[in-house]
Amino acid sequence: MSLNQLTHLNELEAESVFILREVAAQFEKPCILFSGGKDSIVLTYLAYKAFYPAKIPFPLVHIDTGHNFPETLVYRDELVKRLGADLVVGSVQKSIDEGKVVEEKGFNASRNKLQTVTLLDTLAGHKFDCACGGARRDEEKARAKERIFSHRDEFGQWNPKNQRPELWNIFNAKKDPGEHFRVFPISNWTEMDVWQYIYQEKIELPSLYYTHMRKCFYRDGQWLAADPDFIPRRPEEVVEEREVRCRTIGDVTCTGLTLSHAHSLEEIIDEIASTRVTERGGRADDKRSETAMEDRKKQGYF
Amino acid sequence: MQNNGYLEMKLLRFTTAGSVDDGKSTLIGRLLYDSKSIFEDQLEAVEEASRSRGNEEVNLALLTDGLRAEREQGITIDVAYRYFATPKRKFIIADTPGHIQYTRNMVTGASTADLAVILVDARHGIMEQTVRHSCIASLLRIPKVVVAVNKMDLVDFDSKVFDDISAAYTAMINKNGLEFKDVIFIPMCAKDGDNVVSRSELMPWYSGPSLLEHLEQVEIPGGDADSMRFPVQYVIRPISRQFPDFRGYGGRIAQGIIRVGDSIEVLPSGSKSTVTGIWLGEKQKEQAVAGESVCITIKDDIDISRGDVIASDSGVKPSMSNDFVLDVCWLRTSPLVCGKRYTIRHATQEVAGIVKEIEYKLDIDKQEKVYDIEQLTANDIARVHLKTAAPLVFDAYRDNRTMGSLIFIDGTNDTVGAGMIVESYD
Repeated sequence: MSLNQLTHLNELEAESVFILREVAAQFEKPCILFSGGKDSIVLTYLAYKAFYPAKIPFPLVHIDTGHNFPETLVYRDELVKRLGADLVVGSVQKSIDEGKVVEEKGFNASRNKLQTVTLLDTLAGHKFDCACGGARRDEEKARAKERIFSHRDEFGQWNPKNQRPELWNIFNAKKDPGEHFRVFPISNWTEMDVWQYIYQEKIELPSLYYTHMRKCFYRDGQWLAADPDFIPRRPEEVVEEREVRCRTIGDVTCTGLTLSHAHSLEEIIDEIASTRVTERGGRADDKRSETAMEDRKKQGYF
Repeated sequence: MQNNGYLEMKLLRFTTAGSVDDGKSTLIGRLLYDSKSIFEDQLEAVEEASRSRGNEEVNLALLTDGLRAEREQGITIDVAYRYFATPKRKFIIADTPGHIQYTRNMVTGASTADLAVILVDARHGIMEQTVRHSCIASLLRIPKVVVAVNKMDLVDFDSKVFDDISAAYTAMINKNGLEFKDVIFIPMCAKDGDNVVSRSELMPWYSGPSLLEHLEQVEIPGGDADSMRFPVQYVIRPISRQFPDFRGYGGRIAQGIIRVGDSIEVLPSGSKSTVTGIWLGEKQKEQAVAGESVCITIKDDIDISRGDVIASDSGVKPSMSNDFVLDVCWLRTSPLVCGKRYTIRHATQEVAGIVKEIEYKLDIDKQEKVYDIEQLTANDIARVHLKTAAPLVFDAYRDNRTMGSLIFIDGTNDTVGAGMIVESYD
C-alpha cells in the first residue's frame, strides 16, 4: 500500500498539488504566469484542484508581447471568468513605448527576449514574491537542472552554479526583501504526461492546438504563421494555406506550426508518440545558441 | 488511440551513481536513446556539439550535461533530472555527479529515489567511490540497488571478472553493515548497449534480466498501511455563499490509507475526531492512499493548522520530541557549528534548532567513525544530537522518509544541511 497504487499521472498530480499548496503557505504574494499555452493551462487547472472549494488564492499574470494569436486571448479571458480569478497583464508594447526596451530588427526579430524586462517590472510593480511557471525539465537541458523552488536575486537573475540543494519534498522559500522565487510545479512532467493528463481530465484547450487551415510560410525548417501577420517575410517566402496545429503556443513570432491532421486529443497523443522532434525544436528562440536557454534564464527569463 | 495503456502506467524514480569515468552519462544516454526518448533535434545538437569538441564518437554525455560550465569542463556538476517511458513504466532519473566534492548532490538525488544504479568499472572493480556511493544509498534508505558492472567489453566479457566483483561487493555490504534488502548485479557494456535494454549475446553465461527489464519489473515496497500520517499543509476555507462553513485541511498522505469514517488523532494537541470527507478538486472520494494530495474535512471543530499532523487513531502512533539523534549530511562550505541557531524544516513544520554535539563524523573512505569533532563542512556525513525549540511530530527516517527527514537553513536563507532522524535522544 504505497505510491505503487497510484498511476504516474496521479502521482505527478499529487506532487504538483503539494507544491502549489507550499507556494500558498510559504509566500506572501504569489502569482501564476499564464501564457495561454497548454502547460500553463494544466498548471492553472492543478491550482484550481489544489484549493477547491476555495478559489485559487493568487492571480494569473500574462506577459503580453502584443503578438498574440487571438484564440489565446479569448481562451484566457473565458478561463479567468470561469475561475473567478484575477488577471494581471504586463505589456511588452508598454515597455517599448516607455523606452525600457528596444525592439529587435530584421527578419528573425522577436519580442521573446524583451519579455524578461516586462516580466521583472510586472513582478516588482505588484510586489509578487513568487511566480509559478509551467516550465518542465524535459523541455530543455538547462531546465533539467533547475530547482522546483528556484531562487532569484534582486535583479531577477538565476545562478545555476549556486542553487539551493532541494531534498525530499522539503522546499525552502526563505529570501531577503526584494528577492523572489520562480516555482515550477510541473517540473517532473513530460510533454506526453501533459497531453495524457489533459485527456484524462478532459481539460478544454484553445482551438490552436487542434488542426486547422492557416496561412503560413516556411523558414529554416519550420512553418510559421502568416496570420496574424507579425513576421516580416523575405521576398522568396511564399504564403500558403496549410493544415497545421500548434505543438506549443507562445508569441506568434516564435511559435512553429506542425503540419498535422490531428483533430482530437487521441490523435494528438498518437502524433506525439510517433514524433521524432522535441516540441522546442519548433521554437526559434532556443535555436540561437547551444546554451540560449541558460543565458536567458540567468537574466531573469521564465 | 494506441496509448491508452499509458494512462495506467506506474512511476519509478531512480538515481545513478558512479565514479568519474564509469560511463554513467553514457548509460543514461543509452537508456534514453534505445527507449527512443531522444528526439532527432536533440541528437543532432549532441552530434554537432561532439564534433565541435573534436570527439570522434557521439558523446551521449552531452545530452545530460546541460550547463555551460559542464559542457566546457566536460564534467557533471549538478543533479539533472531525465525522463523516459516504456510501454510498461515511466521513469525519472536523478543523474548525479560522482566526484567526492559532490557527495551532497548524490544525497539530493538519492533523497527521492526508489532505486539506485551503482556503476562499477569491470577493469577496476570496487573502488573507494563505489563504497561511498553505496554508503549514501544505504544512509538515504534507497529500497533497491542495482550494481551495474560496466565496460565488460574491456575484460573480454569474462564471467569470472563479473563473479569476483559481485562477491567482493556482497562482502563489502556485510563488512560495512549496509542496509540493503535487495541488490542485483548486471554485467554490461553501456557504450554498445549490451544488457542495457536487451540481453547481450556476448554474455550467454548471464541469465538475469537486462537493466531496463529489471527497472520495468521491480516492485517498490510501501510503508505501514495501518498507521496513517497526514502532515497538514494548508487550511482551505472558501468563505463563499456555496460553502459558508467549509473548513478543509490540505496535505499529502505520507503513509497509509485514509477513509471517510476513520477515527483520527491530531498531533501535537492530541485532539480526536472522525474523517467526514476526502476531496480533490470537485471530486469527493471514499478513501485515499499514501502519495495522494487531498483535502480532508473532519467532524469536530478543533484547532488545526499548518505543521500539525493528522494520524490514524490505530496502528503505530508517531513520536514527539524536541531532542533527536540525527544523521546529517552537510551541504555547504559554511560549516555546521555546534551551538549555532538554525531554522529546521521538517514535513510542514518549521522550528529553531541547535546541534548540541557531534557524536562522530563518518570517514566513508576508511569506514571509520571519527570522534571529537567540533565542526562539519561540505560533504561531511555525521551523527549528531539536535535540539529543537518546539517538539516535532515524527517517525524514524528508516520507517518513513517524509516523517523522518529535515533540512537545516542558516541565516543567509540557504539550505545548508540534510538530516535523517534516527530516534529521539534520551
